[in-house]
Amino acid sequence: MTPLPRMFRRAGLFALAAVLSLTAAIGLGWWQVDGPGAERAAGKAAAIPSPIGDMSFSMVDHEGAPVGPEDLLGRSSMVFFGFTFCPDVCPTTLADISGWLDDLGSDAERLNVVFISVDPERDTPEAMAEYVAAFHPQIRGWTGSPEDLAQAADAFRVTYKKVSLDDDGYTMDHTASVILFDATGKFRSTIDYHEPREIAVPKIRLALGER
Amino acid sequence: MKYSSIFSMVVTIFILTGPSLAQEQARLGDLVIERPWARASIGTSRPAAAYLTIRNEGEESDTLLAVRTPLSGKAEVHAMTNDSGVMRMGPAGPVEIPAGGEVSLAPGGLHIMMMKLQAPLVKGKSIEVTLKFERAGEITITAPIYGPGATRPE
Repeated sequence: MTPLPRMFRRAGLFALAAVLSLTAAIGLGWWQVDGPGAERAAGKAAAIPSPIGDMSFSMVDHEGAPVGPEDLLGRSSMVFFGFTFCPDVCPTTLADISGWLDDLGSDAERLNVVFISVDPERDTPEAMAEYVAAFHPQIRGWTGSPEDLAQAADAFRVTYKKVSLDDDGYTMDHTASVILFDATGKFRSTIDYHEPREIAVPKIRLALGER
Repeated sequence: MKYSSIFSMVVTIFILTGPSLAQEQARLGDLVIERPWARASIGTSRPAAAYLTIRNEGEESDTLLAVRTPLSGKAEVHAMTNDSGVMRMGPAGPVEIPAGGEVSLAPGGLHIMMMKLQAPLVKGKSIEVTLKFERAGEITITAPIYGPGATRPE
């Protein structure tokens, strides 16, 4: 008769341990995403992007249609900067984003996903189309004149710089974070380069207004 | 008789498994080159990247001096550095492989940057990459080509 209650007691302990660790995990997640941890992470960034409603620039998407900040209002947005001649960081970021969108499932359809080129010289709308076709179909590619790019980068608080490679050609140094805005255009958070999916996807869900 | 049949069995197993292992791992002196892979290029005007891990099982360090591939007019090891969110890329220069240590070329860190492509890197095919080391000499390995969105060896 004694083994049975002992087993129940052990099961009770396990259940308690499971509840405690789950509470700790949720607490840690809140602290990092929405709690004091998030404030500290945001404070570390040099500057907070402007609200999208205050931005002013015009670009062309990879299908040749005119686009601007107004196209990012009404839905939550995920914006990142890069260039298509980037062999390492940009494909990795685009692949990470494609994975996050797959994780979000149908919720991803409520999101604008925009890849803005920091290399207008080489990234024509056609070049952007060729490139984004290799990734998740929801990713839009935007490019424009050097002046438009400068305005956009300033509004998003993104930096970029042309750097020549030894004998010929050049590469671009650029901010690699993914920037998240809610549907009203208010800045929500950034996802750093190669941040794990377990952190990135909840950040996107927060920007989507899910709690 | 018995020993020679065991010997021939071992040789047969080695021959059967050898070619598939060669894809995953190659040895040059004290150096072991593991899990090479490349990412499919998008067109030929853009540079492409290849990755691998070099393990040094010896007691002296060696240095990766140069890389080349038949598909690209110019190949170099490049390094990415993350300067508070701004990613910078540039030639890594000679890469030391410490004695008993290993160096991984992986996305976001070091990569073999293949420039001036003469033909696209097509998913499902493979590419030959030659590595030149200061002490161990040269080795050519075969790297499978994964999709343009691959982030690790499959």
